Amino acid sequence: MSVLILLIGFSILIAGGFLLAFIWSVKRGQYDDDYTPSVRMLFDDKPVGEEDPSFKPKQK
Amino acid sequence: MQTLEKFQYDNKIVRNFAYATIIWGVVGMLVGLWVAMLMVFPQWNISGIGVGKETIGLSFGRLRPLHTNAVIFAFVGNGIFMGYYYSLQRLLKTRMASDMLSKIHFWGWQLIIVAAAITLPLGMTTGKEYAELEWPIDIAITIIWVIFGWNMFATILKRRERHLYVAIWFYIATFVTVAVLHLVNSFEYPVSFLHSYSWYAGVQDALVQWWYGHNAVAFFLTTPYLGLMYYFMPKAANRPVFSYKLSIIHFWALIFLYIWAGPHHLLYTSLPNWAQSLGIVFSFVLIFPSWGGMINGLLTLRGAWDKVREDVILKFMVVAVTAYGMATFEGPMLSLKSVNAISHFTDWTIAHVHVGGLGWNGMLTFGILYWVIPKIFKIELFSKRLANFHFWIATLGIIFYAVPMYWAGFQQASMWKQFTEAGQLKYQFIETVTYMKPFYAIRSFGGFLFVTGAIVMMYNLFMTVAKGKLVANEDAEAPALEKVVTQHHGEHWHRRIERRPIPFLIVTLIVILIGGIIELVPTFLIKSNVPTISSVKPYTPLELQGRDIYRREGCYTCHSQMVRPFRSETERYGEYSKAGEFVYDHPFQWGSKRTGPDLAREGTLNLKKTDTWHFNHMDDPQAISPGSIMPPYSFMLDKELDTASTPAKIKAMRAMGVPYAKGYEQIANRDLMNQATTIQNNLLNDSVRVKANTEIIAIIAYMQRLGTDIEKNKIAENKN
Repeated sequence: MSVLILLIGFSILIAGGFLLAFIWSVKRGQYDDDYTPSVRMLFDDKPVGEEDPSFKPKQK
Repeated sequence: MQTLEKFQYDNKIVRNFAYATIIWGVVGMLVGLWVAMLMVFPQWNISGIGVGKETIGLSFGRLRPLHTNAVIFAFVGNGIFMGYYYSLQRLLKTRMASDMLSKIHFWGWQLIIVAAAITLPLGMTTGKEYAELEWPIDIAITIIWVIFGWNMFATILKRRERHLYVAIWFYIATFVTVAVLHLVNSFEYPVSFLHSYSWYAGVQDALVQWWYGHNAVAFFLTTPYLGLMYYFMPKAANRPVFSYKLSIIHFWALIFLYIWAGPHHLLYTSLPNWAQSLGIVFSFVLIFPSWGGMINGLLTLRGAWDKVREDVILKFMVVAVTAYGMATFEGPMLSLKSVNAISHFTDWTIAHVHVGGLGWNGMLTFGILYWVIPKIFKIELFSKRLANFHFWIATLGIIFYAVPMYWAGFQQASMWKQFTEAGQLKYQFIETVTYMKPFYAIRSFGGFLFVTGAIVMMYNLFMTVAKGKLVANEDAEAPALEKVVTQHHGEHWHRRIERRPIPFLIVTLIVILIGGIIELVPTFLIKSNVPTISSVKPYTPLELQGRDIYRREGCYTCHSQMVRPFRSETERYGEYSKAGEFVYDHPFQWGSKRTGPDLAREGTLNLKKTDTWHFNHMDDPQAISPGSIMPPYSFMLDKELDTASTPAKIKAMRAMGVPYAKGYEQIANRDLMNQATTIQNNLLNDSVRVKANTEIIAIIAYMQRLGTDIEKNKIAENKN
């Protein structure tokens, strides 16, 4: 079981390091941008010049 | 100007997972409906049909794990993969890295489900809720999960879109966390093929189990579905998500907080109080990121609510997100000790999980299926009317399910806690059971409506598929990924992580490990957390065998073994449970529901019954306790106890630290037979004739042992 303890100890060290990095980057105040991806995901580009004749949406 | 690269999306894998979702969904829900009806018509329980040395049981205890495993890992699991394979390729503008891996993933997962469907009714279970599958299947799950992850990361690496859309972070977090959870919780010591003991014991096992259990809810039922919501809801509404920024914040907050919340399943139990408090705080705070996601989903429809009136897919999604909001409001409330004191062990919990399960997971899956199938078959949905019918009948079903269960839960708790003016418990336990029956009946009706809806969907989608033709490989084109990334000044910090999937994986891993490890380690390390009670001794071989029968039959699905420190419980069940009483319990069997009474002190004081009482009660519960809804276990009267397994079991227990003397396994069966003969003679005095080496004798021995250890002695807590 003691191996587990050792492993966990190291993990906490790494995790703590990450936390610091996380806080540091948050403090840099780089909270902006973040809009275009939400729009871009809406476009599924169809290959140019391709029309599927079998696909006919029903008329409203 | 970059050149456009031509490639094709793999729709076949999406179709396969969609079919699996539909089929296993209907199967899992039907099993659910069946077990719900078993609580109304207990005489329908069939237990112990012999198949060689094993028995098939179609009783509540064995079928309930089948239901939970089927709807969680088969229905929702396949739903996750369907959504993943559809959205991942399109978001990353690439085909999956390997069709072969996709195929192995698909068939491997289906084989695991089939293995579960075979082993669970056979009573092969680890006895840990939502992790019942035995060790060979656990290994298979690990392998298939890694294959799935490998394929996903390889796809991310060959993507044509630098930015990782928010849904993909949720997918990654899901993959990583589920892997860790599964590995940690599945530490088992195999005794034979398809039989093992949890490596952890008692309170530690309970903590690991509910750390897993809660995070299974979090990372199997929530994060992947949030990812799916972030892809399919904007798609279905054809408008961007309300706030992309909010999605980032709530993602990080969610994965960071969720991992700490497990102990709220163990409030007022023998878990150290500090761990309980920690769980409460984080569970409560969880409402913020959860509602962040809910609000983000609902507000995506801002200015498009007219579409919801028209579009059945959006209707499903709106109900799903609303149910998510309700469940994640209720969750933090249930984590408060004062609320939990009422709700725990009652049907309130069942109502709560079904608002999440039927509402959030069910309705979102249906919405996605109605969206994806016509897309990949390039045809309109067969019938919008039927889909609308499905929507309404499913929504009604949820209401008919949840309302009676809330009522039942509250009623149950009130009756358990009621005292007369003379200070005596007002209700016998059985009175609370019979009171529940109408509620159980209405709940079954709700379930029936919901399953009916799913079957209508199956027909509707079948007709859609029959008229369309699968576009197995869908043409697409996108510019290649530019090789050099220019660093823009003042770039969002988060973007840098988004561009690097591997570091992102590591980072996510670390984030979830912090929570888990800090919570788990101290209980492993600090001895004072588990007071050693000198009078607590390992189970005798016969009791150990009895305990394995208890676990095989899934008794823990209806009976708790945990007396909480309330007057209403100590009056009914005796002294409240201590952590030190469970140190030899591999696995712990505290349970999470009291459809039947608590059994932690079944062998003590005023709860103690004669061997003959137990014998007759197992044979025909209704005859001994009129109104009981317990399944009969009369097959145990004849079923021979598998004593050949005793030495291996004793050895396994000793390997895990249970202090059986060296070489005890060689004489264990002698002790077993001695104890069995004593019980046999007790029964004979009441003119009950039964062979000594039957299972009934073992289960009686276990029942009579429960809780007796601390009766012998005053508790001698190790004060260090």
